[in-house]
Amino acid sequence: MATAPLLASSTVLDLAQPLPLDGGQQLDGVRIAYETYGTLAADRSNAILICHALTGDQHVASPHPITGKPGWWVRMVGPGKPIDTDRFFVICANVLGSCMGSTGPASLAPDGKPWGMRFPVITVRDMVRAHVALLDALGIDCLHAVVGGSMGGMQALSLAANFPERAAAVLVLASTARHSAQNIAFHEVGRQAIMADPKWKDGDYYGSAGQGGKGPEKGLAVARMAAHITYLSEEGMHDKFGRNLQDRSEKTFGFDADFQVESYLRYQGLSFIERFDANSYLYITRAMDYFDLAEEHGGRLADAFANSTARFCLVSFDTDWLYPTPESRSIAHALNAAGCPVSFMELSAPFGHDSFLLEVPALDGVIKGFLGA
Amino acid sequence: MNALRPDLAIIADNVSPSASVLDVGCGDGALLSALREKGCDARGMELDPHNVAECVARGLSVIQGDADKDLVFYPDKAFDCAILSQTLQTTMRPDKVLDELLRIGRKAVVSFPNFAHWRVRLSLLWGGRMPVTRLLPVAWYETPNIHHLTIDDFRALMAERGIKVEHAWFLKGDRQTSATAANFRAEHAVFLISR
Repeated sequence: MATAPLLASSTVLDLAQPLPLDGGQQLDGVRIAYETYGTLAADRSNAILICHALTGDQHVASPHPITGKPGWWVRMVGPGKPIDTDRFFVICANVLGSCMGSTGPASLAPDGKPWGMRFPVITVRDMVRAHVALLDALGIDCLHAVVGGSMGGMQALSLAANFPERAAAVLVLASTARHSAQNIAFHEVGRQAIMADPKWKDGDYYGSAGQGGKGPEKGLAVARMAAHITYLSEEGMHDKFGRNLQDRSEKTFGFDADFQVESYLRYQGLSFIERFDANSYLYITRAMDYFDLAEEHGGRLADAFANSTARFCLVSFDTDWLYPTPESRSIAHALNAAGCPVSFMELSAPFGHDSFLLEVPALDGVIKGFLGA
Repeated sequence: MNALRPDLAIIADNVSPSASVLDVGCGDGALLSALREKGCDARGMELDPHNVAECVARGLSVIQGDADKDLVFYPDKAFDCAILSQTLQTTMRPDKVLDELLRIGRKAVVSFPNFAHWRVRLSLLWGGRMPVTRLLPVAWYETPNIHHLTIDDFRALMAERGIKVEHAWFLKGDRQTSATAANFRAEHAVFLISR
């Protein structure tokens, strides 16, 4: 069924001030590409910032400009939906380091050439600093809520911890307060796949003036394939593919994509390279690996929230083995210890880590109720 | 407002309007909603994820957790009052849960079904089988109630642990009844306790 397209306003903000980074550098000329939906109230109290995940973008509920696919959270964001754009002013910004209009390694450095690997290593907190600069530019002192799943949840937590006065409610889905050894390990596989591709050329693959260079597409596709496995549950994969063969009745005794699951992953890898920059993938996965909210605050997670007056809600999913329930539970316990009002629950859904993006009716009620309270 | 379960109504009536409250085993959030309407800072803990989702969808702050395991994560005296309604008899270690309640809350309110009610006694005496009654409706092999207790048992534990009973309410059916022979006559008890 076609529905009326949601009116999204797409803008690029040029930061007037340099952005200080955790790595000690400052980044000049930062651009932030963002979309907004709905109307900002006169008292500027109804803004919700949605933070996207690793390979997400600002097109939360508008068609992707390259793939033409619907926005990545169109089921959750819109008029009358759980994140109701009739009521809230929704902001979604492309993160620092990404490649959909915000400054990242594919952007041009002051010397007029793409940054490539000269781009400074950034952190989740640096992404949040860019978000806060955007809120400053929009004149929003305090968000009604900051919302995010996966890496978006890390940004929401980081904003709550580092800029506690900027959000009255914090909603974190399928996320964690620190990257585990296993999380880092999977990311390292992806990065090594990119770097092992001869077309990566130490990150200097953009060609002159950022045009036309063919990058490490094979490496990036393999990185995406490996990562995609971590977003699904074993049960979900079994139900969807089992050992079914792809368009054939017999095994070929070769290395074609005999199995449906192989064909599916290859397709995921190929469609990803159309829309994502390999160096951005390196930088953003690095930022996630460096994320450890307790470490930033003296080693005790509860201390990260010592100055917080926000309400929190944490949701995990029973089939998510990338950021499993104990990660969310430990955040809830830290928030309890800090005296913050917190809700936490594990929802049942078959889709693994990706559950927060997919059809989980209980999640809709939780989000609507939490944001509406 | 829908009628609250009688023991919850007693609790709601006796919590002061601005109090901070933790309801351990808050179910679908009926008491929390009533407390919030009174102006309390009311938060909950609940084992069943469907109940938690329902509470959060109602705008309540509730965490999915287990009274036996997850109370340790709250700081001392974090709440004016910690509530445990109809849950004590389902915990692994009721005595330790009570200790935690009185550590987290300045006061605690505990309600439980009285296993020494005359109907329960008769049922065991004449039937020779574990009682199945209105307040204990589930057969022995599938009941969540693993630590049955009586009003006198509870009073004895309070005395033994040096815990002060500030007030007690007793219920017969849906109505309050006097403290006289409560261990025989009351189906249900609500205690306000402190250290």
